Amino acid sequence: MTSSRIRRILQALIPPAVFGIGFVLVWELTVQLFDLKPYFLPAPSAISEAFFDNFSLVKDAALVSGRNAFVGLLAGTLLGVFSAFALMRFRILNELATPLAVALNAIPIIVLVSLFVNMYPATSEMPRRLMVTLIVYFIVLVNVAKGLRQVHPIHVELMRSYAATPVQLLRKARIPNAVPYLFTALKIAAPTSVITAFVAEYFGGNQNGLGSRITSNMAIAKNAVAWAYVLGACVVGLTFYLVSVLLESITTHRRGSSPGGDSP
Amino acid sequence: MSAVTVNRVCKVFNAGNPNRVDALVDIDLTVEPAQFISLIGPSGCGKSTLLRLVANLIDPTSGDVSVNGKPAAQARLDQDYGMAFQQAGLFEWRTVEKNIELPLELKGWDKAKRRARAQEMLELVKLPEFGRHMPWQLSGGMQQRIAIARALAAHPPLLLMDEPFGALDEMTREHMQAELLRICAATSTTVVFVTHSIPEAVYLSDRVVVMSPRPGRITDVIDVDLGRGRTEDTREQAAFYAKITEVREALRRVEKAGATSGLGVDDR
Repeated sequence: MTSSRIRRILQALIPPAVFGIGFVLVWELTVQLFDLKPYFLPAPSAISEAFFDNFSLVKDAALVSGRNAFVGLLAGTLLGVFSAFALMRFRILNELATPLAVALNAIPIIVLVSLFVNMYPATSEMPRRLMVTLIVYFIVLVNVAKGLRQVHPIHVELMRSYAATPVQLLRKARIPNAVPYLFTALKIAAPTSVITAFVAEYFGGNQNGLGSRITSNMAIAKNAVAWAYVLGACVVGLTFYLVSVLLESITTHRRGSSPGGDSP
Repeated sequence: MSAVTVNRVCKVFNAGNPNRVDALVDIDLTVEPAQFISLIGPSGCGKSTLLRLVANLIDPTSGDVSVNGKPAAQARLDQDYGMAFQQAGLFEWRTVEKNIELPLELKGWDKAKRRARAQEMLELVKLPEFGRHMPWQLSGGMQQRIAIARALAAHPPLLLMDEPFGALDEMTREHMQAELLRICAATSTTVVFVTHSIPEAVYLSDRVVVMSPRPGRITDVIDVDLGRGRTEDTREQAAFYAKITEVREALRRVEKAGATSGLGVDDR
């Protein structure tokens, strides 16, 4: 790595880092100066103290929510990719599914989680995982189907001129074309899966994840501890996002650009 | 045996509905082996349609097309021709050499043989050191040269080109024209070349086929006897200008005949 590159990275990192540290300082000072009560707004120092005091509890809750998000993300992605191939293969399915995907755009399907909660035993993680799966499923389906379908017309004509069979067209043109669409879908779906996993915990069921720990600690007035769980949620969300961005940048680096994604 | 024979071909789009278009009517055309012919005419005259019929990318409504003495469909299955378009259309997830190898891959060639041929083609288009590059790392003119290398990779006897230099700047364009003539002479490839540009058609071709729109017809076939071995000096000869004038007048007659068309041909 050359020194000019290091300097460029530092130049990009310094402004947000300064802003972040400044923000926390202003927050701390505001709480001290105006003597804000902990139930209104705890100071960053109190939150970080609570975070480290309760570290193993926060970590366990983060692992529960994180695992739910990850399992749902994985299942939704696999199902989405599989369905995209089916849509590609059977035109009639495409005509049935496209209006459905558009309709889903208009309704907040997160509410379905309370129905799922009723379907499983109280200690089951299935309702949250199902919810994450469903939301990820449509994001992946819409984008991968688009990538399989929107092959450059010249590529289709060239493949025809090479006397390519439909299977060869799929393997050499449509699938490689859809790969960056899949990573773009993951970049949208990864943070969404984490948010869905947290929010789904507010609809009842097992009380072992970050989302439910935040509400239960608020309820017993342990605000700083609740904020410590919020911090844990930020860490989980950022981890998912960074991994998906990293995956996307690998394909972008090879191809020079990546497609814009659609949320269903 | 002719390289391409087009016999009484008609092509109708949207037959039986109000948007019916007679893209081509009664087209007869014969191209001899190692000949270079250009199709020129205003937009909508069906020159790209005619090229796609020869390539068997679409089927004629009536009449028949044969390539190398076989029906066009069989010639396509045998990969008897290579094709290049206005956009290079390289597969952006493949390296340059893997792009050139693609038609060979589909023919079932083994890897070593493919790699050797790709290198040979890279040398032919004078980009031997770019095999491992990704397409986006190359300029437009370089990408177009790779597209030509890919079209010629299987050593097809026929090359079909649809305005391949249309998106390039003037200097690159003239350079590419000279390169194409050099490559075709070296490989004795027959070429059918669609263009909008009169000087380009005259510089490259043994024959220029002038077409008119609505319905698409062949109105003139002009022989260009400037000899083989054309160089940059050819562009400054009186005979070259005389041919440009002849083609331009043929196109003017087309415009007068279809005064309603209002579509022109550019003079690049």
